[in-house]
Amino acid sequence: MFPTPVANASAPTRVAYKVALPISLVVWLLPLIGVMVTSIRPGSDLAMGNYFGVPSSFELGNYLTVFQNTPMGLFIMNSFKVTIPTVIGAVALSCLTGYALATYKFKTNLWLFFMFVAGNFVPFQILMVPVRDLTLKMGLYDTVTGLVLFHVAFQTGFCTLFMRNFIKALPSELIEAARVEGVSELRIFWFVVLPLMRPAIAALSVLIFTFIWNDFFWATVLVQGTHAMPVTGGIISLNGQWVAQWHLVSAGSVVAAMPPVIMFFLMQKHFIAGLTLGATKG
Amino acid sequence: MSEQALAPVSSGNSPKFSGGPATSGASKTRSSKWIANQRKLAPWLFLAPGVVMFLVYVIAPIGQSLWISLYEWDGIGVKTFIGIANYIELIDDEAFYTALYNNVLWLVLYMLAVPAGLLIAIFLNQTVTGIRIYKSLFFFPFVISQIVVGLIFSWFYAPNFGLFTKLLEFMGVEGIAILADERFVTYGIIVAGLWPQIAYCMILYLTGLNNVSPDQIEAARLDGAKGWKMLWYVIIPQLRPATFIAVVVTIIGALRSFDLVSIMTSGGPYGSSRVLSYYMYEQALSEYGFRMGYGASIAVVLFAIMMVFITLFIVRMLKDEREGY
Repeated sequence: MFPTPVANASAPTRVAYKVALPISLVVWLLPLIGVMVTSIRPGSDLAMGNYFGVPSSFELGNYLTVFQNTPMGLFIMNSFKVTIPTVIGAVALSCLTGYALATYKFKTNLWLFFMFVAGNFVPFQILMVPVRDLTLKMGLYDTVTGLVLFHVAFQTGFCTLFMRNFIKALPSELIEAARVEGVSELRIFWFVVLPLMRPAIAALSVLIFTFIWNDFFWATVLVQGTHAMPVTGGIISLNGQWVAQWHLVSAGSVVAAMPPVIMFFLMQKHFIAGLTLGATKG
Repeated sequence: MSEQALAPVSSGNSPKFSGGPATSGASKTRSSKWIANQRKLAPWLFLAPGVVMFLVYVIAPIGQSLWISLYEWDGIGVKTFIGIANYIELIDDEAFYTALYNNVLWLVLYMLAVPAGLLIAIFLNQTVTGIRIYKSLFFFPFVISQIVVGLIFSWFYAPNFGLFTKLLEFMGVEGIAILADERFVTYGIIVAGLWPQIAYCMILYLTGLNNVSPDQIEAARLDGAKGWKMLWYVIIPQLRPATFIAVVVTIIGALRSFDLVSIMTSGGPYGSSRVLSYYMYEQALSEYGFRMGYGASIAVVLFAIMMVFITLFIVRMLKDEREGY
C-alpha cells in the first residue's frame, strides 16, 4: 500500500494525520459550507452584515419561500421528467449496442465503436444549431420530450463505450456454451448476458442520472419557458430575480443539488465503479 | 467472413457433437444455417436503434454544422451561401481571439487537476476509521451541478462580504472583486472549475492506488525506495491507466467549459471571460445574434481543436484493442 499506512507510523504522526483530516476537509468544502449556512440564515442577518457568524436563528423559512414564491417545485418535477426517461432510454439502447459490439465479429465493428466513443467527446456547440433546428421541425422545441430524445441519443455514446467494455470482460465461454446448445441470439442476450450486466446497469444509471440532472447547456438551448425548464436552467432565472438575496439563492442551490447528492450517497459503490471504469485496467 | 469464424470455433470446442447420429444430419444443416444467418443479422438488430439515434442526433449534426458555417443564416429565414466569409470574419474578430486565448488558459490550468487529484488521493489512501466518509465528502463537489458550483463560487468571490474577499482582507490584501476584474476573472472561474475536476481526478487515483501491486511496493521498499522516489519510479508508472483517463476527462472538461462562464459572468466584464463555447452560444442564440452561420464557424474551430485530442485518444484505444484482444 502506498503511502505507508499511518497505523505503522509513530504516535505523533498518527495524531497529526487524524487532526489534519477534518481540517483539510473543512478547507476543501469551505465554499459549500458557507452556502449551506447561508441557506438557513434569516435575510435580516445578511442585511446586518452577519455573513459568517452563527445565524441569529435557524431559518428553514428560506426553503419554504423558495418553494412558495417560485416555480421551484415545477423545475424539480421537470428535471425528474427529463432525467428518468433518459436514464432508461440510454441504458436500454446501450445494453443492445454494447452487447452487439462486444460479442459479434464483423468488419465495421471497431469503427462503429469508435464512432460512439468519438461522438461522445465532441463539443456540444458543434451540435447545437442543427439539433435545435431538428427539434423545432419535429415540433418538440420547448418540450420535455425534445430534451429527452437528444439526451438519450447523446448519452448512448458514453453508455455504449461502458457497456461494450463491461461485456467484453465477461467470460466468453458462457455465450459460446449457450450457442453450442442452440439457444437463439435473442435468448442468449436476455437470459445469459443481461443478468450479468446488472452491476453495469446500476453504475450507468446513477452516472447518467447525475449527468442529465446537472445538464444546463441543452436545457437552455432546447427549452425556453418555465413549463418544461429543468432545475439547472430554472435556478439561473431565479438568480436573476434574487439579486443579492443570497439566503434565497443558497437555499435554491441546495435544493437543486439535492437529488444527485442523495443518489450518490445511496449508490456510492456503483457510482464510483462506473466513474473509474478503465482506471485500473492495464 | 469474420462473422462465420465464430461458428467453427464453437463447434470445434465441442467435439462430442461431431459424432452425432447421421439421421438428423439434414435438419442439423438447416438449423445451423439459420444460426449462421441469425448471427449475421443479430448484431444489426441489436445495433439499429442506438446507431440510428446517434447518427441523427450526433453524427449528422456535425456535418450540418460544417455546412451551415458556410452560410449567413438567422435560424428562420433564407440561408445565403457566403463561402468561407464567416471564417475570414473570425480572423479579424478580436473577441474570438480573447475566447481562444481563454480556452488555452483553461486547458493549461485545468491540467493542475491531475496532480492535485493525485496528491489528495495519496493523502486519503489510508485505512483509519471513518476514512470512507472523508473520501466521499472530498468527492462531493463533483456530484453537484456546475451551475450550483458557479453560484457557490460567485458567493465565495462576492466583493465586500464574500468569504474569499474576507480571507484576503484577513491576510492584509485589499479586497478584489475577482469576477468584475478583467485581469482575474478567467482565473477565478477556472478555480471554480478545478474544484469538481480535482475531485474527479482524486477518485480515479484512489481507485488506481487501490490496485497498485503490493509486491512491487514491498520489493522497492527492500531496495530502499522511499517517499518521492517511490512515488515517481514505482507508483506513478503503475497509475498510468488512471492518469490517462484523468488527462482525457480534464481536457474534455476544459474545452466544454460553458456552464461556469455562463452563470458566473455571462462572459463579462466586457467579454473578457468568454470561451469559444460561450462565444458561439452568444453569437448563435442570445440576444446579440441569431447568427447561426457565424456561430457554427466558431463551433467548427472548437471542434477542430477537440478533434486533435479525440484522434489521439482513438489511436491509443486502437493500439490497446490490437494488443488486448
